[in-house]
Amino acid sequence: MDDIGRGPEGAVISGIGQSDVGRRLFRPALGLTLDAALTAIEDAGLTRDDIDGLAAYPGSGSAAPGFAGPSLLEVHDALRLQLSWYAAGVEVAAQLGPVVHAAMAVTTGLARHVLVYRTVTEGSARARAKEAQAERAPSSRPATVEGPMQWLAPYGITGAPQWYAFYVRRYMHEFGLQREQLAQLAISARTKAARNPKAVYREPLTLEEYLGSRMISDPLCLYDCDVPCDGSTAFVVSRADHAPDTASPAIAIEAVGAGAGPRMYRDQLPDAWFGASAAAQMWARTDLGPGDVDVAELYDGFTFLTLSWLESLGFCGRGEAGAFLEGGERIALDGELPLNTNGGQLAAGRLHGLGLLHEACVQLRGTAGDRQVPGAEVAVVANGGLPNMGCVLLTRVR
Amino acid sequence: MSVSPLPALDDDNRFFWTSGRDGRLRFLRCRACRRYFHPPAPRCPRCLGPDVAPEAVSGRGVVESFTFLPAPPDGGDDGRRVVAWIGFPEQDDLRLTAALVGVPVDRAAISLPVHVAFEVHGEVHLPVFVPADDPGGAS
Repeated sequence: MDDIGRGPEGAVISGIGQSDVGRRLFRPALGLTLDAALTAIEDAGLTRDDIDGLAAYPGSGSAAPGFAGPSLLEVHDALRLQLSWYAAGVEVAAQLGPVVHAAMAVTTGLARHVLVYRTVTEGSARARAKEAQAERAPSSRPATVEGPMQWLAPYGITGAPQWYAFYVRRYMHEFGLQREQLAQLAISARTKAARNPKAVYREPLTLEEYLGSRMISDPLCLYDCDVPCDGSTAFVVSRADHAPDTASPAIAIEAVGAGAGPRMYRDQLPDAWFGASAAAQMWARTDLGPGDVDVAELYDGFTFLTLSWLESLGFCGRGEAGAFLEGGERIALDGELPLNTNGGQLAAGRLHGLGLLHEACVQLRGTAGDRQVPGAEVAVVANGGLPNMGCVLLTRVR
Repeated sequence: MSVSPLPALDDDNRFFWTSGRDGRLRFLRCRACRRYFHPPAPRCPRCLGPDVAPEAVSGRGVVESFTFLPAPPDGGDDGRRVVAWIGFPEQDDLRLTAALVGVPVDRAAISLPVHVAFEVHGEVHLPVFVPADDPGGAS
């Protein structure tokens, strides 16, 4: 690819934090966010008075219950921050967008220490919505739809499992992917989650259970989908020379990839390598390559999105992921590419992208306990499905 | 009968959603470089020329992929359970997502030849697709 520059250089993740995580916690989103944020700030060796930047995904304005978490306004006010710079939004490099933006902010001098957070309360919000629905008549459907959804919603295509089901079937047709191969992602996630005390689903999953589960949007079944949960994850992003020395070392942001796919419409991109552009840009910004990666944390809102990232990032060739996943040994904790090492969103819960970033940092610090990948020095984190894609390469600061 | 929302008509999309009044499916096409494109936009995405207008296509297509909608809660089948990506012979990157009508779930297949038909909801003529060998598909 053309040399478009190295992107932000010299940014580090100086602190990480995470609230309690659970299927349904019934706790306010702001409270969870502050738990995560204060942990991250303390972990960075800072106080809230040092925080002069704030970034989040998706910010305010999302209608889906429990999806958005608190707005910047609420967090800003709750912590009485003095901000030099802030940004939030949903049309960014997926859930990693605020991390990319924070790295840009600290390396260009817009801010010194940026607090980044992602909070979800989808588990409890959906439970409440279900309860409320049972008490009243079924809500009437919207009579009309406008904007990009007008091309899908009139045919009953309204949700993410459906958007991706088309790609999965097409991919199966072209490359011979078997459901038994895709299942390895879900099965392996549970095996790893058994070693993660915070994971939502820690029981093993068998191939028979996977194949026998109900279809959500054929060929995607129940266990191809991640699990809604409650929890907040936070980070402090700093410039390397601003990060104080602490017991928990900073993690270097070695390279970022923030490119969009060639089409952003969810039915107009003919192939399933949604992250190819972001991945190519990330690799062009570093001397490291896929063979150097010790730990991969690849978005698994659906199993197939992880498969797509495996190929987009070059861990196997296009169309070869089925064979790569066969038997699940390569992606195990002691495999050639330890993948989604805390159980990912499929088993640990949909902390929506930044849960995977947190796990990458824990692995690079060597504090992952029973699920630690020995000697992990390089981790890749990739977030998003179509349309928004982002990836970052992280290294242990040596 | 559709249980889904209908498109809200505006000046940009009216030609598409009402095209079926004469039984024809139309896409925007660039008069300068002859490229079809979808969804509608004010300029041709290839040559960026502003001279674009709706033009009828044959209505023939082929299933590129598909999924199934959940079965209706009442157990009845409204004949609208298969939704497909439809590709068109006019141009290789021209594609629609639309319902397959008259295709039992076990007959849905990639490469199935189909033909456009229209479900009428007032002004809106919703394009759907039927198997090419189904006379209901003739326009």
